[in-house]
Amino acid sequence: MATETAHGAEMADHGAGQAEQASGLVFHPMDQFIVKPLFGHGDVGMFTITNVTLWLGLAILAIFALMVLGTSRRAIVPSRSQSVAELAYGFIYKMIEDVTGKDGLRYFPYIMTLFMFIVTANFLGLVPMSFTTTSHFAVTIVLALAVFLTVTILGFVKNGPSFLSLFWVSSAPLALRPILAIIEIISYFVRPVSHSIRLAGNVMAGHAVLKVFAGFAAVAAVSPLTIVAITAIYGLEVLVAFIQAYVFTILTCVYLKDALHPHH
Amino acid sequence: MEGQLAHIGAGLAGLGTGLAALGVGNVAANFLSGALRNPSAAASQTATLFIGIAFAEALGIFSFLVALLLMFAV
Repeated sequence: MATETAHGAEMADHGAGQAEQASGLVFHPMDQFIVKPLFGHGDVGMFTITNVTLWLGLAILAIFALMVLGTSRRAIVPSRSQSVAELAYGFIYKMIEDVTGKDGLRYFPYIMTLFMFIVTANFLGLVPMSFTTTSHFAVTIVLALAVFLTVTILGFVKNGPSFLSLFWVSSAPLALRPILAIIEIISYFVRPVSHSIRLAGNVMAGHAVLKVFAGFAAVAAVSPLTIVAITAIYGLEVLVAFIQAYVFTILTCVYLKDALHPHH
Repeated sequence: MEGQLAHIGAGLAGLGTGLAALGVGNVAANFLSGALRNPSAAASQTATLFIGIAFAEALGIFSFLVALLLMFAV
């Protein structure tokens, strides 16, 4: 996977060179996604410490600071960081209760971890000059595959072979059921793909749009308009960063509900 | 020549993302018209709204994926 990203970075480099010749842009909008080693200029190998490693680590540190240090005083009147942590906790708790039901609350720690990681990585990516880890398919596909495998294994452990009734829509007419079963099976196996690409695609596209407008800002005639547009799009990106984390989490809850209660 | 055709194909696949925008707009518009008729029930349905938007968006994302594959993998 690491060599693949290095290859992608090379291609992005190549694209940057072409764009420079063609349009006079000083940078390419996709330059911000290049994975490069943090120290030196060598190749990106399996264990190279890259900018991705740095920003993933910073996301973990930020979550630790918010959730562990923020709540360590356990004040009755919460401080700002403690109330944010409590809000996040209550928000996810209620989401699981609403979507999955009471028996889904056993899986609260996993879903809370997913949400906090994605939302923190998205927000850290919005810091200027930072690197957006969730814009890489390699990062999001690991999260989505983990959810997919967890939910599939859990479904079989909890329900045994009757988990397969998820694909057999018993409310449909008998003649339609085999066709529906094929559609259901395809849509089940496409889940990790759409689950991961939704997050990475939205974040990547938003950041690329920001950089495209930043390229326009160099043209003096349109720069005041462009700077206003960048500000507006940045506001939209803050919203998208939260909503995509929310959507990823709520879809995890929906998949979990399917695993716990496969009968339609 | 083949590379140029792939770029044209990527542009055509971009149409799918625009069409997904129609789908997402349809979900949001219908939610809003329902929510204005019965505002007290709206708050409990926002989760369903986001799930609907996510599913409508998924197919647009597949065309985006096709565009990416045509740009960088073909």
